[in-house]
Amino acid sequence: MNNRMNLNLRLKLSKRLNRSWAVDILLFLLLGSVAFFMAIPLIFTISNAFKPIDEIFVFPPRMLVRHPTLKNFTDLINIFSDSWVPFSRYVFNTFFIAITGTVGHVIVASAAAYPLAKINFPGSKMLFNLVVMSLMFTAYVTQVPNYMTISWLNLINTYWAILLPSLGMTLGLYLMKQFMEQIPDALLEAAKIDGASEYRIFWTIVMPIVKPAWLTLIIFSLQSLWTNGSVTSHKYIYSEQLKTVDYVFGQIASGGLVRTGPVAAVTLLMMIVPITVFIVTQSNIIQTMSTSGLKE
Amino acid sequence: MKQPVIHPIVPPNAGGPAANTRLRALRSRIGRLFREMRKHKHAYALITPYFLIFGTFTVFPVLMSLCLSFTSFNMLEPPKWVGWSNYARLFVQDDVFLIALKNTLLFALITGPISYMACFLFAWLINELPPKLRALLTLILYAPSISGNTYLIWQTLFASDSYGYANSFLIKWGVIMEPIQWLQDPRFVLGILILVQLWLSLGTSFLAFIAGLQNVDRTLYEAGAIDGIRNRWQELWFITLPAMRPQLLFGAVIQITLAFSVAEISIYMIGFPSVDYAAHTIVTHLVDYGSIRYEMGYASAIATVLFTMMLCTNLLTRKLLGKVGE
Repeated sequence: MNNRMNLNLRLKLSKRLNRSWAVDILLFLLLGSVAFFMAIPLIFTISNAFKPIDEIFVFPPRMLVRHPTLKNFTDLINIFSDSWVPFSRYVFNTFFIAITGTVGHVIVASAAAYPLAKINFPGSKMLFNLVVMSLMFTAYVTQVPNYMTISWLNLINTYWAILLPSLGMTLGLYLMKQFMEQIPDALLEAAKIDGASEYRIFWTIVMPIVKPAWLTLIIFSLQSLWTNGSVTSHKYIYSEQLKTVDYVFGQIASGGLVRTGPVAAVTLLMMIVPITVFIVTQSNIIQTMSTSGLKE
Repeated sequence: MKQPVIHPIVPPNAGGPAANTRLRALRSRIGRLFREMRKHKHAYALITPYFLIFGTFTVFPVLMSLCLSFTSFNMLEPPKWVGWSNYARLFVQDDVFLIALKNTLLFALITGPISYMACFLFAWLINELPPKLRALLTLILYAPSISGNTYLIWQTLFASDSYGYANSFLIKWGVIMEPIQWLQDPRFVLGILILVQLWLSLGTSFLAFIAGLQNVDRTLYEAGAIDGIRNRWQELWFITLPAMRPQLLFGAVIQITLAFSVAEISIYMIGFPSVDYAAHTIVTHLVDYGSIRYEMGYASAIATVLFTMMLCTNLLTRKLLGKVGE
């Protein structure tokens, strides 16, 4: 018991080992000033959504709103009230694609990453190199072949045209594989000796340890499905019932200058979900390795 | 009648033993491979779903556009085989490509290393904060990447009349007498592009590093302190960086990809095409041929050249990262 407390105490102290106050202050001043510049778009987007029309067009643009109003949001509701497909349908599509795609991608990519990182099977090196190399090929020229494949598979104008390719994104596999590489082999060996199957090891040992990795991957996947939805959906989807919120918002923006107010409101609304997910996942990224109970 | 004896030209046993052993060795190699594969059938089961999708939607299109780079293809008629002529044209005839190549290399050489190091530095600084505060700061630093095209606010900053922030500031302080056309002047365009890219740089690798730092075993630091590590820089070099090698490799690939394939900012902020091609990059060149001139074969050749450049840079970076912590 005493020993354990001692260890805990030392762990707490170790956070502050090797730190000098002077450098601390200097580094955090740097951090603060950079953070100020990075925060500009966030502040701008939020205050823009509440600006009355005359403040939006003032030049040079003002950062903060002077007379906040909700008019942009009420205008937005008016625009939607006479839309042909109920707005809730677009919302459903967006959430359905984002959630299914993200969950699916995290599971499929992690399942493939585990053998590549930890099981030395014939072909593992070659497959992994293929993944890394494909990350460096400009996606622009693969659009035409991609469209052809999707149409051969009869996926045009279905959710699958967006979901299936997103399950096999390269970034996720690479990220998960790199994190899984750090898991000590001894831990997996021990589990194998205890009679656990590879599937069990993957799900109950590997996945909890690499929690920081898949929490991060959730952000990447969600972000790409959330905002790039319009890009892919207007390529592969033409029936109005299957389109996403992002696409509709793009249509509002194409209404021109008159719509500038509602567009500002829309920009803010579209950021709420990614930012919420971002904050939730980021504050859950905490150390997992030391709690895995392995001392080598 | 006696049947004539036909002597085979090569006696059946000539060189037999050697050939037989070679054959046997090959057979046993294949046998071993199969046994290995059967032993790892779980591994194959786990990777199958991903690699089926990956093969269909990534490998196949990439291979196809590699093939297309040897053809002339306008997306309406079937592709015509032209051999290496796309590549020859690219390096011998296409002057604009050489400008794009120069711009891209300059851009990548500056933004690549700086943004890579910035990603790590800021992830490392933030890492010591408590989780809630860390999440908030991460959000703020990541903000430029989270919200689509926010980089367009740089347009108002560098607006060309005297009301633009940069111009009005410089005029007020008497540095310049008349407004500068920031986004139209070939002297400044590439510099502004680099500045905006650096502002956008805390993205994917930054988040990967934050997660990676949490994955470093904390007892290593304790052990290090006992072994005589004196300050945070030594700790960084001898413990943190080597422990994070997988994430560092990941970040390197991502930053290389981003640095070499800049196009969107150039197109939407500076304009397309830019004045004197001052902000023309390899990918904008590719977009030009792909979606304006409908020369998909030529565009694919450009993509292949870019791909080769990134591969070489990646090999070089791997060598450099191998030296970390020595």
